Amino acid sequence: MNSIVSASLVGAKSEAASKEVVRLVDVHRHFGATAALDGISLTVHKGEILGIIGRSGAGKSTLIRCLNGLERPDSGEIEIEGGSIVGLDEKDLQPLRRRVGMIFQHFNLLSSKTVEENVALPLKIAGVGKAERLKRAHELLDLVGLAGKAQAYPSSLSGGQKQRVGIARALAARPALLLSDEATSALDPETTRQILTLLKDINRKLDLTIVLITHEMEVVRSIADRVAVIDAGRIVEEGQVWSVFADPKAQITQSLLSGSRPQLPEHIAARLSQTSGDDAILSIDMAGTAAQGAVFADLFEALPQSFRLIHGGIDHIQNQPVARFFIAVPMREPALKDKVVQFLTARCARVEVLGYDTDHV
Amino acid sequence: MTPIMFNLLLRSLWETILMTGASGLISLVFGLPLGLALVLTNKGGIAENAWINGILGAIINGFRSVPFIILLVALIPLTRLIVGTALGTFAAIVPLAIAATPYYARIAEVSLREVDRGLIDAVRAMGGNRWTIIREVLVPEALPGIVAGFTVTLVTLIGASAMAGAIGAGGLGDLAIRYGYQRFETAVMVAVVVVLIVLVCGIQWLGDRLVATLDHK
Repeated sequence: MNSIVSASLVGAKSEAASKEVVRLVDVHRHFGATAALDGISLTVHKGEILGIIGRSGAGKSTLIRCLNGLERPDSGEIEIEGGSIVGLDEKDLQPLRRRVGMIFQHFNLLSSKTVEENVALPLKIAGVGKAERLKRAHELLDLVGLAGKAQAYPSSLSGGQKQRVGIARALAARPALLLSDEATSALDPETTRQILTLLKDINRKLDLTIVLITHEMEVVRSIADRVAVIDAGRIVEEGQVWSVFADPKAQITQSLLSGSRPQLPEHIAARLSQTSGDDAILSIDMAGTAAQGAVFADLFEALPQSFRLIHGGIDHIQNQPVARFFIAVPMREPALKDKVVQFLTARCARVEVLGYDTDHV
Repeated sequence: MTPIMFNLLLRSLWETILMTGASGLISLVFGLPLGLALVLTNKGGIAENAWINGILGAIINGFRSVPFIILLVALIPLTRLIVGTALGTFAAIVPLAIAATPYYARIAEVSLREVDRGLIDAVRAMGGNRWTIIREVLVPEALPGIVAGFTVTLVTLIGASAMAGAIGAGGLGDLAIRYGYQRFETAVMVAVVVVLIVLVCGIQWLGDRLVATLDHK
């Protein structure tokens, strides 16, 4: 399988020189006999949004909770802003946690406190005076678009508003890192989109590093720069979001992506034969510059009448075109299929013959 | 009802309020920290300690399993030590408070245990220490339940204070037994029951009102 990604690196950010905010080396964590984290190593750079995706039970929650010491690893190294946090006791972790904000799936707002008191709480803990912390709380409520709700209690807010308060609260102490623990999983799609847009805005405005865990590819797709796929406590795949979308290597990644990428229509997939048929069904993946070119126009010109489009499209992820198409190549001339494959492969596409179809229509 | 009887009723009501209020207050002051200690030292608590939890639990269960009437008699030496006498309204406050404290501790424990762990995580993630968690999360979030539980404790104490009449504590229960029951004065019995109903309803109503203002869930 050729890599369609390495061939086109248009616009990929160069991060080699930037500052590391998080560094994990071979982190292990066991719960009884099961390994929640089985040798995790990763780094997150300043200003970057890293999406960690996996199924429930994959270990992603344990992983994110290790980053602020809510969970302790059995072995391995965890560094936040260059300082090791492994082995710190609860008391020494407290100042560190003020550098790391966290938002939660169920918001975790204190029901007995008003919105402004919730947002100001991290500052109260840090010993900031009342007038100053309320001023900061109001600034943040402005930032998240909830200026009018300062005196309200969380119970009177909608889910999206609650998460905005959660975000404001997480930012109150001016953290260097924001952890998002399934922050949009309890929200409807529209609200999810708004919250993700807000997070992306904050990331840009404040150059804030964000690590988010999710089980939804759409979350990763819409805001992350880089993605790490975690399965059974291991990172099975990692890379720029657009490149992982264009060329998912691991089985689990492909399965997590199945809802976000064009798939061969089911009725065709169902009658696909592995041996013979009227048409060969091919999948074509392209990314970056390859997907920008007029590949199909060129193909049609070079090999007239050589294919029929079945399904597919071009998506744009991190401003990179990522294309995935399914085509049918007639088998009446046996060499045609190989010519098509050759042509496309030469244009940096990844082509796969999925099977043969006899179209009865 | 004669004016003398009426005065007696008023005095008994005051004695009941005094006994219930004082022992209730003591049970709040000692029971709440005890309930808090149970939750903090429990498995998964923020100050997990199986030994302390086990010992506290055993002491509380021990006191709670002794019938009140026996506790009343058994505590006479202690009552003498504290109050100077084993008789009267003030003397009854000692056994009442000692019975109510473990009772209230368990009620407070239930309310405190129901506080969402996620809230504790959130405050830990902000850099809060145990004291912050107690002050900003556990107690304020459980406050409606703590108040509702205190109301239940007060009402239970009104019932228990009647038994304290057995050691000459006075109060409405004592009045009902001595005049209403032993002297067949039905009017006194009825009056006492009506006063008790009003008292219990009043306490419950106040408690419910307070819970409603405190509860923002």
